[in-house]
Amino acid sequence: MKRFWSWAALIVGSLYFLLPLIGTVEFSLRMRRGEYSLDAYRSVLADPNFRATFSYSVVMALLTIALGVLIVVPTAYWVRLRLPRLRPVIEFITLLPLVIPAIVIVFGYIRLFNTSSILPLTGTASGTNLLLLCGYATLALPYMYRAVDTGLSTLDVRSLTEAAQSLGAGWVRIIGRLILPNVMGAVMSGAFLSFAIVIGEFTMAALLNRPAFGPYMQLLGANRAYEPAALAVIAFAVTWGCMGLMQLLSRLFGTRIPAK
Amino acid sequence: MRNIGWNWLGVVPFFAFAALFLVLPTMNIVIGAFQNPQGEFTLANLAGLASPRIVSSFVISIKISLASAVLGCLIGFAMAAAVVMGGVPRWIRGPLMTFSGVASNFAGVPLAFAFIATLGRVGLVTLLLRQWFGINIYAMGFNLLSFWGLTLTYLFFQIPLMILIITPALDGLKREWREAAEVLGASTGQYWRMVALPILFPSLLGTFALLFANSFGAVATAYALTGSSLSIVPIMLFAQIRGDVLQDPHLGYAMAFGMIVVTGLANLAYVIMRTRAERWMR
Repeated sequence: MKRFWSWAALIVGSLYFLLPLIGTVEFSLRMRRGEYSLDAYRSVLADPNFRATFSYSVVMALLTIALGVLIVVPTAYWVRLRLPRLRPVIEFITLLPLVIPAIVIVFGYIRLFNTSSILPLTGTASGTNLLLLCGYATLALPYMYRAVDTGLSTLDVRSLTEAAQSLGAGWVRIIGRLILPNVMGAVMSGAFLSFAIVIGEFTMAALLNRPAFGPYMQLLGANRAYEPAALAVIAFAVTWGCMGLMQLLSRLFGTRIPAK
Repeated sequence: MRNIGWNWLGVVPFFAFAALFLVLPTMNIVIGAFQNPQGEFTLANLAGLASPRIVSSFVISIKISLASAVLGCLIGFAMAAAVVMGGVPRWIRGPLMTFSGVASNFAGVPLAFAFIATLGRVGLVTLLLRQWFGINIYAMGFNLLSFWGLTLTYLFFQIPLMILIITPALDGLKREWREAAEVLGASTGQYWRMVALPILFPSLLGTFALLFANSFGAVATAYALTGSSLSIVPIMLFAQIRGDVLQDPHLGYAMAFGMIVVTGLANLAYVIMRTRAERWMR
């Protein structure tokens, strides 16, 4: 009896998750009347806007990861080594982006960095790109920090540092050549998650008027019938590839990242 | 050991970044909610939230968040319980957890497309139901661009999130407790009602709060799905930031402040409940 209900729950649940996936793939193939074809994919891939926005988001995602690593790794390391009492504070701050909706944060950006402010980032395209980059790094902060902090917890940070120092290494060298390689698995997990988040992000890019992949998808969805499904399949593939790699890495390196 | 001042320098970049791109922008909105356009202190913006349009947007947002959190908790719990103690083969657990990790992070525009392709007017399931069973769900009043449509779509990331969080809690139920209950003559129902559920209660309530906050702040899925036809809070705020639809920019700050209060309370509930739940998880 118990087993029956277990199977029932699993099968109903799995159906709920599989049907949209199957439905999307099927729909994306339906563009040509009466037969299945890859026309919708061809149409999407041939669209110059697709290439432009997708590569824009890929570049932004890579920069976000670089910025995230630059901010998070030295901070997490330093706090563990020298300022352990500050850990709860840092942890609290890194969790804030999960509490404050992204739309509120970007609303604040528009207010704080508008053309009449001290730091008029929204006045120029490159300034807005920089702002969006920092926004993405903020969104990725909770995942990045927790991944790196978990990675650090498996190391004896103090002994490693003392050993490196007694061999004459400076701080940049310690972080770049010793700490970073040792938490690489964790950093990669955080990086893949950040990548997936940035590629699909819509709210910030749309409100800051940047030509990213998320707003492009939304626009196409409002104007076309079959291409959005093809786009969804592509986005699925990218996200799931990233997340799959992340799960694989976290299993390989033995670090666990909670979902939220 | 170097002196304290030097130590602090190491975290300056982090605090500068957090202040500039997280704390100050949020503070700016919160303060703006209590200011009039001249920069004077006022409660008029918060009072302005009481307008019927805004109240109804908060009501429908909270309803959708509640519905998707309740259903997400129930279905996610059933699926997690099935793999942890339901007697299904062990190999199912790995793929389910992996899938949950992926799907809980899959929200946004593509998710909306997936549901349009599935349950939209010419979506796969809509067509199959009509062809195979003669059921026309749209004639029966179903609409993807509605309360239930949005709730159904949100469940796609809510259920996996529940599975991810509740599975460790279910693992934490010790076999000895069940054996002790059975030795004392408890039925399965009594065990659940008097032992397992009270222990799980903080975890359940905490996850429920997290799921609630999770769907309350979601913008992209709703926007891609409904455009602006369903006036939930994030979409109203989105439209307000894009162009001044409320005829009063400071009303926008008040709405954003309202969102922070709702998600903040929900997350606070999650933290408190998680602390309580951890008592049993040793």
